[in-house]
Amino acid sequence: MTTTIETPAGPAQPMVLNMGPQHPSTHGVLRVILELDGEIVLSAKPVIGYLHTGIEKSCESKTYSQCITLTDRIDYLAPLSNNLGFCLAAEKLLGLEVPKRAQYIRVLLTELTRITSHLVWLGTHAIDLGAMSVFLYTFREREEIMKIYEYVSGQRMMTSYFRIGGLALEPPPDWLDRVRRVVESLPGHVDEYEDLLTQNRIWLARTKGVGILSAADAIAMGVSGPLLRASGVAYDIRKSFPYSSYDEFDFNVQTQTAGDCYARYQVRVAEIRESLKIIRQAMDKIPSEGPFRAEAPGIIPPSREEMKTSIEGLIYHFKIFTEGFAPPPGEVYQAIESPRGELGIFMMSDGSAKPYRVKFRAPSFVNLQSLPMLCTGRLIADVVTCIGTTDIVLGEVDR
Amino acid sequence: MEPQGHDKDPVVSKLREWDAQAVAEVIEFRGETTVVVPREHFRRAAEYLRSEPSLAFTFLSDITVVDRFPLEPRFEVNYELLSLDLGKRLRVKVRVPGNDAVMPSIVAVWPTANWHERESFDLMGIRFEGHPDLSRILMPDEWEGHPLRKDYPVEGYR
Repeated sequence: MTTTIETPAGPAQPMVLNMGPQHPSTHGVLRVILELDGEIVLSAKPVIGYLHTGIEKSCESKTYSQCITLTDRIDYLAPLSNNLGFCLAAEKLLGLEVPKRAQYIRVLLTELTRITSHLVWLGTHAIDLGAMSVFLYTFREREEIMKIYEYVSGQRMMTSYFRIGGLALEPPPDWLDRVRRVVESLPGHVDEYEDLLTQNRIWLARTKGVGILSAADAIAMGVSGPLLRASGVAYDIRKSFPYSSYDEFDFNVQTQTAGDCYARYQVRVAEIRESLKIIRQAMDKIPSEGPFRAEAPGIIPPSREEMKTSIEGLIYHFKIFTEGFAPPPGEVYQAIESPRGELGIFMMSDGSAKPYRVKFRAPSFVNLQSLPMLCTGRLIADVVTCIGTTDIVLGEVDR
Repeated sequence: MEPQGHDKDPVVSKLREWDAQAVAEVIEFRGETTVVVPREHFRRAAEYLRSEPSLAFTFLSDITVVDRFPLEPRFEVNYELLSLDLGKRLRVKVRVPGNDAVMPSIVAVWPTANWHERESFDLMGIRFEGHPDLSRILMPDEWEGHPLRKDYPVEGYR
């Protein structure tokens, strides 16, 4: 019995390496099949579907309001963005106008979501590249924002706080003070992250010139969000197709032209600061009193008080929670700027109380498709950088 | 066929001007424009919409297939197009019969369509002719059936 390993004779063959599905730097269950020549990547092929849970199919057997809880679970790092997209689509289908107060609160909370999502991205991406400490800082600040979600909606993560026509609950009276505290401390913390990374020579060496995506390629691949803006295309749905009163806010679309991993880092950090700017404006705009959901009998549940004191209120309450409501037949596509890019929701009604078809255009799904473009011809270590920089959430990729 | 010049959306008039046969129907709902294009003209229309400089629908957002079972034509394939220059969206809809669920692939026009078409094939069973690698993407390779079809039970076959 021999123990020597036989190597086949002849010309050198490229080696095929499976990265994932269980691999710490793939942020979930992503498998990438790499064809290697030494350490150089000849081709990369992402394999997805390990987290497919059939959310679109499940939506077809639930009422519109019941679907909201499923949307939290698509992109679990930005549940409120998904809530918002779904509610806006349903409201478009119904032709429903949401009170301004609810719109501003929605803006404030989705911008907080953008910050938490970018903080998770920054922390995990830095860990991927060997900078452990940033993760501890970003999660410290993220936790403070999670506490705000919990205070307002009762849940840290699966908030389901936005409902069709407005919000689930009246927010607690002093919630804006808590937001103010976070907003005041965060710019200093972002400076701290930048101190650790922006001029860090290792960080620069690992990200500058790595994973370059040109503007033309990015558009052809349907890439959106910070990835697209880092390639020099100023496409932000909050500006191009404003929703939920974003047109009343003053903010800038952050772009870079290099299109590499470092440019994406710069765009995301700048977006955290822009989001803070929007939040400050929203805090001034939100009236302390006023309706937090639309007035639409038969669609929006009556208040607790009304339900218990009037017979119409009781009937509507019963009907809404047993049968749901039926939007007119038709189809809409509503896109919002989620932290990862264009989150599109295609919703079709056949005139019944359940959506006939719901499709989630997940930004991670589309952005991940460009991964082979980013890492072909580069080192294996750069694949980790490139996966990190696309900021995918596998729950959203697979749905 | 509607007379020319009556379209609310100038993009539709432009498309009609280019080839009147490419526009079978126009649907306006909640401020969104949908153009129904016959399948035989779709591939050409897609190239026109993308490359015509005054339209420049260079960004394909999404492909959504709707199964209208048991109605015929059974499938509706919706293409969500975006023109970054015009700042406009357009939905192109193609109706596909159930017994011939085939579409021309547009990967050569919009490369991003690759995964969208694979997803539509995987979950709805539409075959895209000319696709470079039409394989399942979300379901396992050996899976039978197309789960998003309306005649597929929500809890799967047991």
